[in-house]
Amino acid sequence: MNSPAPNPETKGTFVTDAALKRLKKRHAAETRFKFYGQFAIAIAVLALIALLVSIISQASSAFQRNMLVFDITLNAEDVAPNGTDDPDAIARNVSGFNLLLQDSLRDQFLPEDADASETRQLFGLFTRLAVLPVAKKTAAHVDMVGTQQTVSVALADDIDLYLKGGVTERKSIDLGQVASARGAIGDGIYVSLAPGTDTSALAEAIGGFQEQSLDDSAPTTLIGIGNTWYSVTGFSSNEIALAYLAGARVAPDPSQGIRALVLAQAEANRTVSDRQIAWTMLLKDEGRIRKAFNSTLFTNADSTYPELAGTAAAIVGSLLTMLVTALLAIPVGIFAAVYLEEFAPKNRMTDLIEVNINNLAAVPSIVFGLLGAAVFINFFGMPRSVPLVGGLVLGLLVLPTVIIASRAALKSVPPSIRTAALGVGASKTQSVFHHVLPLAAPGILTGSIIGMARALGETAPLLLIGMVAFVAEVPDGPTDESTVLPVLIYKWSTGAERAWEPQTAAAIIVLLVFLVLMNLIAIILRRRFERRW
Amino acid sequence: MLETFGHLPVSWLLFAVLAAAGFVAFFIGRTSAVATAQGSTARLNSQPNYHGYFLAMATIAPAAVILILYSLFGESMVRSQLASELPQRIRDLGTMEMGQYIDRIAENSQRGPGSTTGNALFDAATGRYTSLLGLSRIIAIGLALFGAGVGFFFARRRLSVNFRARARVEDGIKLMLFLCAAIAILTTLGIVASLFFEALRFFARVPVLSFIFGTEWNAQTGADFGAIPLFFGTFMIAFLAMLVAAPIGLLSAIYLSEYASPRFRSIVKPILELLAGIPTVVYGFFALQFVAPLVRSFAVWVNSLPFTPDTLLAAQPTSALAAGLVMGIMIIPFVSSLSDDVINAVPQTLRDGAYAMGATKSETVKQVVMPAALPGVIAALLLAVSRAIGETMIVVMAAGQRAQISPDPTSDLTTITVQIVALLTGDTEFDSAKTLSAFALGFVLFIVTLLFNLIALRVVQKYREKYE
Repeated sequence: MNSPAPNPETKGTFVTDAALKRLKKRHAAETRFKFYGQFAIAIAVLALIALLVSIISQASSAFQRNMLVFDITLNAEDVAPNGTDDPDAIARNVSGFNLLLQDSLRDQFLPEDADASETRQLFGLFTRLAVLPVAKKTAAHVDMVGTQQTVSVALADDIDLYLKGGVTERKSIDLGQVASARGAIGDGIYVSLAPGTDTSALAEAIGGFQEQSLDDSAPTTLIGIGNTWYSVTGFSSNEIALAYLAGARVAPDPSQGIRALVLAQAEANRTVSDRQIAWTMLLKDEGRIRKAFNSTLFTNADSTYPELAGTAAAIVGSLLTMLVTALLAIPVGIFAAVYLEEFAPKNRMTDLIEVNINNLAAVPSIVFGLLGAAVFINFFGMPRSVPLVGGLVLGLLVLPTVIIASRAALKSVPPSIRTAALGVGASKTQSVFHHVLPLAAPGILTGSIIGMARALGETAPLLLIGMVAFVAEVPDGPTDESTVLPVLIYKWSTGAERAWEPQTAAAIIVLLVFLVLMNLIAIILRRRFERRW
Repeated sequence: MLETFGHLPVSWLLFAVLAAAGFVAFFIGRTSAVATAQGSTARLNSQPNYHGYFLAMATIAPAAVILILYSLFGESMVRSQLASELPQRIRDLGTMEMGQYIDRIAENSQRGPGSTTGNALFDAATGRYTSLLGLSRIIAIGLALFGAGVGFFFARRRLSVNFRARARVEDGIKLMLFLCAAIAILTTLGIVASLFFEALRFFARVPVLSFIFGTEWNAQTGADFGAIPLFFGTFMIAFLAMLVAAPIGLLSAIYLSEYASPRFRSIVKPILELLAGIPTVVYGFFALQFVAPLVRSFAVWVNSLPFTPDTLLAAQPTSALAAGLVMGIMIIPFVSSLSDDVINAVPQTLRDGAYAMGATKSETVKQVVMPAALPGVIAALLLAVSRAIGETMIVVMAAGQRAQISPDPTSDLTTITVQIVALLTGDTEFDSAKTLSAFALGFVLFIVTLLFNLIALRVVQKYREKYE
């Protein structure tokens, strides 16, 4: 065909200024629109990253914790008052171990006439139950009794948090050397710094914290000289007035090193007292505070003390619940899918079931909790807080998911398989159970695992059937009181103490690890066995 | 009594006995089939195995039905029998207190025979309860064994050369499959019935109109049950969530299906879907720990601006905005993957037509693809709204408990789901208006989400007709 030659005059209509402008505008709109799309995806991905980073950074501090180390003789009269024949009695003798360790701390840090408040603060460095692992270890090795041993107990949650940089902002400042000192421990010490010491850092730190303060309370300054800690009672032009806080009861000597610790918050506004901080510093200088992997998180059940709380009971509870869920949802789901896909006659009953399943999949999960509370607990009188009921509720919850996934898998098996089986004389049932179902099995399994993963993360329905109860022991079976991981996370997140936050984040990591594992298994199964027809 | 036999729990033992009975029945059926065939199994209508299956089925099924019924209703029968034997004094207490009394008896009975309390009546009742429970167990087990025997006996008589064992077995299998499918219906019926009847009991105490149109909610004290503040909070948070999820979800779906390279798509799509796989309690923690403080300091900053009044925003530690933002993030993958499907379903010919006219890609998307996909997109958004309304953990952790009507997104609002959780956690008694109000709220929630789902389904169905 003869195409007309380009006409220079008509070509002009497409290159007028107005047209070019319009084109430019349209292209700009195109670029903008594309940018909107990229921006939207960036926000979604950033949100995911923010979520994961914030949780992981919170959790990372919970996986390590600070232990207080004692070199101590496990006196038989303290730890095994009834002899070493009965290891169980030793393991239960929490107060004996507790007193032994408390006494050792008191001997080191407090004078005979210390008042009750001071003693309480000192004993607050660790909680009573923290000695339990030591007691259990001693019970397992009774020959430890009466010998010198190195034992360690978890520090109290607030002290631990302080050592990890929480509780209050702080600055540590080196002040050079003591030039001269006067006064006595009992009634105030006055030290002057070596001439020419640069105190601007100290002034800056105090001033900075003062400015941040919400209620005008002054920041606290602690002074450490040698093995003694003082709180500052006043500054004069050339002297610092100090009051004894903790440590060796010796007045400072000239030329001893002096350091300051400025804490942003006044003592009344934080959970760790000046003295506790001073003791912690002293213990740290002695090398008696050691970081250790927080295995409690995986070996202990729930506790009211964050440093003793663990996820073990919740993990077992989750596994038991998942077992019940799987036993209900997977067989019933597969059989229902087989019925609907292979056997169901086309009638109103089948349509009804089908619409029903689709709607059931979109019912809010909390409604299943209401169902569980009204039917299983109220009507059938089943016990509250047990994995059996939780598993049944979650089983009904994920049943539609399993049915839909199984139907999709059954649908993907080509009809030729069925007709071939029928052709060699198999019955309908035989063709389904001997041929179609095995071929659909990988898809069904994948769908079931994804459904189980959903059930594992579900919280709301379990709250309504009482699985928030405090459970301090690992459950033995599906009819024992128990809790599950997501509910534990919810419970910990409502804890008042700050130490629950990293703890909660750590529990979330545990849950996410389980979810990732399940999804990985599903993906591997799909990759390995997926068949395209 | 009869909890354990030796060291074995009775339920396990029974299970083992039934399984063994099934095996024995199978082998009897098989051997007798082979025997009746007189050496040539080809004469049988069905293979010997099917005779075995049939006999095993006929043996186990009646026993299993009886035991399931007993495990569902046995204990409540024992309890009602015990209740009728208790002295008039206790029966006058009312159903709830008597229920709790019997709960304590049951608990005490589980501790074993040694646990006496000193209260003669209570101990006597415990003893009676224990013996009644034991008796009911013996009756149930006896009935189950009897049922198994009868089933075996009659099934055994039917076996013959011409017996169509395979057909009968397959009928049994089909019945079982149907029953499994019917569980879905039973679940729905259970949901509707439990919500409906408990809600009815609630409305017998609190008038429907004052529930739906009342503006004061103080359910914890049992004083006011006006649900308007809850509806307001629910829709406010769902609205905020949709403000985040709708544009981001939709735009990412458009970008992924129209612009992105297959490689980019294969990386980003799973990442977006990851958002859907994260448990809601994790989002709740994120909202509570990180987003709510951010929202609060933002509100404080806005209040401190020179041209705004100091009390413009409420700046609460938990806020509707924090919950809404995080819920929006959670819903993004729903919107994006549903709209992705819809956009991909628009025939390529429509796009090609637009390109042929000289339209740019974005013009094609805006003026051709989106109008064609609109019904599906609307359905996706409706489903997302329904999900936002029913979402629980994020709002429980980050939205607050205060029932108030405030247009300020930084104030703490409460929702239907938050109140259901608040009302039903802890010790619940099923007879108070407080507990029943949770079911009334659940009923409203169920109806509203169902409506959204049904409308979405309807919209999708209408849309599909266009291209088929």
